[in-house]
Amino acid sequence: MTATATASTPTADNIKGWSRRDMAKRLAEDIPEGWYVNLGIGIPLLVSDFVPADREVVLQSENGILGMGPLQTKRTFDPWIVNAGKQNVTLKTGASIVGHADSFAMIRGGHLDLCVLGSFEVAANGDFANWTTSLKSVPAVGGAMDLAVGAKRIWLIMDHTSKDGRPKLLEACTMPLTAPGVVKRVYTNLAVIDITARGFELVSMTPEITFEALQARTGAKIHRKD
Amino acid sequence: MAINKIVQSFADAMAGIKDGSTVLIGGFGAVGQPNHLLDALTEQGAKDLTIVANNAGSGRETGIARLMDMGRVRRIVCSFPRSAGSVVFEELHNAGKLELELVAQGTLAERIRAGGAGIPAFYTATAYGTYIGEGKEVREFKGRKYILEEAIKADVALVECWQADRWGNLRYRTSGRNFNQPMATAADLTIVQSQHLVELGDLGPDDIHTPGIYVDRVIHVPYGDPPAAAPLAD
Repeated sequence: MTATATASTPTADNIKGWSRRDMAKRLAEDIPEGWYVNLGIGIPLLVSDFVPADREVVLQSENGILGMGPLQTKRTFDPWIVNAGKQNVTLKTGASIVGHADSFAMIRGGHLDLCVLGSFEVAANGDFANWTTSLKSVPAVGGAMDLAVGAKRIWLIMDHTSKDGRPKLLEACTMPLTAPGVVKRVYTNLAVIDITARGFELVSMTPEITFEALQARTGAKIHRKD
Repeated sequence: MAINKIVQSFADAMAGIKDGSTVLIGGFGAVGQPNHLLDALTEQGAKDLTIVANNAGSGRETGIARLMDMGRVRRIVCSFPRSAGSVVFEELHNAGKLELELVAQGTLAERIRAGGAGIPAFYTATAYGTYIGEGKEVREFKGRKYILEEAIKADVALVECWQADRWGNLRYRTSGRNFNQPMATAADLTIVQSQHLVELGDLGPDDIHTPGIYVDRVIHVPYGDPPAAAPLAD
């Protein structure tokens, strides 16, 4: 099966699979206690809602917070604390603050166990593209490229296909890369897929779909785990 | 005569900034932005500036956006130029009146840190194999590929902090530290706006985030709090 053959095969049905909150919950359950984790802005931040309350996971925010807590409420309002998405957040007991150079030394230096990012595309060799769909307009990159190469592992949380049914899991990315060869696992609305030396390897999938139907919605071969 | 870096007027704070200067501007979003110093720089009139900042300003009335809108900026070096309200940046850039150098955020922070630490360049894996890394020198260490990035050393840094003393020792407030801390080290002339002035000795030696050696001028600007980022739940 080639990428071009599947990429031109839109899906005719309307299998929705897991919701974004379901995806975030599945991912959160796979984070062991004691990990230091950076959650990208957008859907990845939802993961923080589902880390079990009795499990200590320390969240990092690229603007210099280690030990980030939930969003502020009117009761906890402090305009001086923001996360990477410029939302007002709380600090957990035990949190620390550093400046930008130290924060990215922490990121670049391989100290984070995990970074969770959203993505437009991911390839079977671990390449991914999440910062801009095109270089025609002026792109903004932020910290995505630093996180992509710095964290010990990159997990993506993303839709399996585009709105018009084209696969986002591909043989090769078509959009400008964020980093080559770094993605270890992808959580989509249809499946959880590891990226190994063989390429995509199925971990689990929604009961709404068959393996063949999942493969048809994927732009590169999915291997079953041995 | 005792050391006293505290100045009383914005004119004194901005004195001597020349056309063509490279200016580092602290802040991340609305927090820690030296907006009063930026407005003072606009008043001071220096032009043909290169601005180094994480964001490219928002709105039109104040800060980086106003400086750009007044035609004072030739080039901007930043990681996240497009965000809600970055209208002035987009107008000028689309019209070919403003050059952009797009830099990954951590590389931007490290280029500035290196500038302050006397390191002319460094290798990083960030942006290797991407559009941003194109054309840069590549070198392999222990089987991994890295690109060469050069330090940023500026003429001027504009910094915001929470507390400062007359030696220019600074302390930031939570997320206000951000780019202010590395930027304070990386310019020939570091100018600080501080919410509070404190007596020498009030900031203990273990509590100073930026030692006064990096700081040239401090002006007291007790403007209060940055705006809330978004409406909050009850």
